[in-house]
Amino acid sequence: MATTTAVDLTSQTKPKKLLLQVAHDWLTTVDHKKIGIMYIVYALVFLVIAGFMAMLIRIQLAVPNNHFLSPQVFNRLFTMHGTTMVFFVGMPILFGFGNYLIPLMIGARDMAFPRLNAFSFWISAFGGILLYYSYVGGSGLYGAGSAPDVSWWAYAPLTEKVFSPGHSTDYWTFSILLSGIGTTGTAINIVATILSMRCKGMTMTRLPLLPWIYLVTSFLVFVAVSPLTAAQIMITIDRYLGAHFFDTQAGGSAILWFHFFWIFGHPEVYILVMPAFGFMNEIIPVFSRKAIFGYPAMVAATVSIGFISLSVWAHHMFIDGLGAGGNIFFTAATMVISVPTGIKIFNWLATMWGGKIQFKTPMLFATGFLFQFLGAGLTGIVLSSAPMDWQLNNTYFVVAHFHYVLVGAILFALFAAFYYWYPKMTGRMLSERLGKWHFWLFVIGFHLTFDLMHVPGILGMPRRIYTYEAGRGWDSWNMLVSAGGFIQAIATVIFVVNMVWAFYRGRVAGPDPWDAWTLEWATTSPPPDYNFAVPPSISSRRPLWDLKHPEDVDSHYEY
Amino acid sequence: MSTIPVTREVSEAPWTLPSRGIVGMACLILAESAIFIIFVVAYVYYIGKSLSGPTPKQVLELPIVATICLLSSSITAHAAVSSLRKDRVSACTAWLGATIFLALVFLFYTAKEWYELIYHYGLTIRTNLFGTTFYSLVGLHATHVVVGLIMLTVALIAGLRKAMNEHHAEKLEVLSLYWHFVDAVWVVVFTVVYVLGR
Ligand code: HEM
Ligand SMILES: [Cu+2]
Repeated sequence: MATTTAVDLTSQTKPKKLLLQVAHDWLTTVDHKKIGIMYIVYALVFLVIAGFMAMLIRIQLAVPNNHFLSPQVFNRLFTMHGTTMVFFVGMPILFGFGNYLIPLMIGARDMAFPRLNAFSFWISAFGGILLYYSYVGGSGLYGAGSAPDVSWWAYAPLTEKVFSPGHSTDYWTFSILLSGIGTTGTAINIVATILSMRCKGMTMTRLPLLPWIYLVTSFLVFVAVSPLTAAQIMITIDRYLGAHFFDTQAGGSAILWFHFFWIFGHPEVYILVMPAFGFMNEIIPVFSRKAIFGYPAMVAATVSIGFISLSVWAHHMFIDGLGAGGNIFFTAATMVISVPTGIKIFNWLATMWGGKIQFKTPMLFATGFLFQFLGAGLTGIVLSSAPMDWQLNNTYFVVAHFHYVLVGAILFALFAAFYYWYPKMTGRMLSERLGKWHFWLFVIGFHLTFDLMHVPGILGMPRRIYTYEAGRGWDSWNMLVSAGGFIQAIATVIFVVNMVWAFYRGRVAGPDPWDAWTLEWATTSPPPDYNFAVPPSISSRRPLWDLKHPEDVDSHYEY
Repeated sequence: MSTIPVTREVSEAPWTLPSRGIVGMACLILAESAIFIIFVVAYVYYIGKSLSGPTPKQVLELPIVATICLLSSSITAHAAVSSLRKDRVSACTAWLGATIFLALVFLFYTAKEWYELIYHYGLTIRTNLFGTTFYSLVGLHATHVVVGLIMLTVALIAGLRKAMNEHHAEKLEVLSLYWHFVDAVWVVVFTVVYVLGR
């Protein structure tokens, strides 16, 4: 088997730099790889913070009649937890991976607009910091300052000045506004990079599936995040200039806010979950030692998910009285989306079918993703029928459903991506042993928490309650759910330890530790500033396969 | 050297890709359109729902002159780009000047309209839903005009200082795309606010 012999393995010995110089290099960088890593690090910091908040919430709910937290602090905690997880963990970490990987995978030297890239990063990061700055407020740290308490959808008219005096809601709107601007900037950059920076020979039909998915996701960002930006502008005008967009006293409409928010809110979950699909598309084939099954179908499914997800938002509003027509339309549209999603799951299974599967840690997490995503889809179908939703809306069933997606699918895909690309980013391998501990503990904790959480939901436990009476049949379930949460927290600590340890002590990775096929593995780990000394040019979907198997090149099999 | 050229045979076929400036601007326009759509939807949704006066019929007048000026500024902007393509820098500068002038006339009419609405009819953003949605939508559009105006002025200054040549034609084209977008939005705003809304 021919190998990538042309790769120079000698490690570049760099002169040691002063700490200040290093900091300066990072703070002023426009290199897509450094920006990508900064996104990831900032998201990880927020992941730990928001995870800590989740632990506080679970302590409070573990036993009935608990007074560990005050009601107000509880409100602030779940608001900050949700907002942080969606806007300052999910989106930045996905854009971080996108930033890092896309230019490498398409054989480019940088993003299309490097300075816009740095700007987008800093403005999003500033949004996150602003959100947390609200804690340093009126009533001190334990009283949690004046952090927002309007939950992550900020329903009007609760957010109007009368019901939400002070500045907590302003912190919320401004930080979401800033992160929205940053997200849009990055999405523009991603589209321009993918469309105009591809290396020679990389036609759209040879584009790896991960950039394909980021392309569709970026279009979703344009048409879904902008409505949120618009709605934030409106609420700000209401609060500061005394306008009446959502002021029900002056004829304004709260339902209009619901629409505006969910026109963003539902596609948002696809903005988060689609990159997770992208990771699967890269990881599953490599560890099954087979080319992805049904490349054209995968692309088609991605594009149609993008479109359909724009027409289902009002399934979050079944209980607002949409009328029969609305209910039927949004029920049907929501169910239709399971068709392209089903195609994807089928293709991943078909890729694994008959392959020589290697259960390294990335593949373990990918397999976990498959099962859990399936489960999440099934509970989603339950909720998408309006009559079921009338029963289950605003119960812990919904909470269990969306955490199944957010944790069981997206976070698992992210962990898979970490184990897969960490060697590329740092030049060192994560420990397989710690990785397996991380995986199994997390799986156990996850299922303990979120499988069981459906039950109190069905038994009628409302979401967002601060405490509950004993003897309703919810007690032991909640205790187990909380215990599962702590197991997940321990697993996460193992993960963090693994990353820190591997950074200094991990096995040296070499350019292509997984024997993979896409272009990012054709350069050193970590890649040099300019990515590729000679811009590559390719003639199939799996350029490295061609290089390693000149007798059996990939392009013969493409369709 | 630390990386490899991944090719086995280098194909000689020409390899052309779309310009990144234009792709980027197209994306920005898509995102901005979504913002405008939300504001337009809010405007349409609240037509006739104000709990108190004044109503659009009582106070709004058709801004014919302003509209003509703004729409013709799209033509002059286009002319500026084509002159620069042919490396006729002074013609380009003149067209840019004309564009800026027309945009200023438009803004002047907006300012006059707002002045009258506020001081003669007492309509502010707080008065009623009409005031809220009117000032927000028209104001959002006017903000875009101002931003475009600033960028056009930068281009004009570059032209006057002879710092512009045909290699900048693509950049100017990106700017003119933005300007055409601002004009197209005005057509929608005009229809919704001044035709349907009355
Ligand atoms: C298989 C596709 C999916 C279907 C059919 C589906 C269906 C639904 C439905 C009908 C609801 C409304 C429940 C209610 O509020 O009563 C809901 C809520 C929710 N879903 Fe999904 N969903 C799907 C995928 C996702 C994904 C991929 C995510 C996140 C990445 C997600 C996150 C959420 C969230 C956060 C909520 C809660 C909204 C709230 O706070 O009220 N869902 N889903
Ligand atoms: Cu939804």
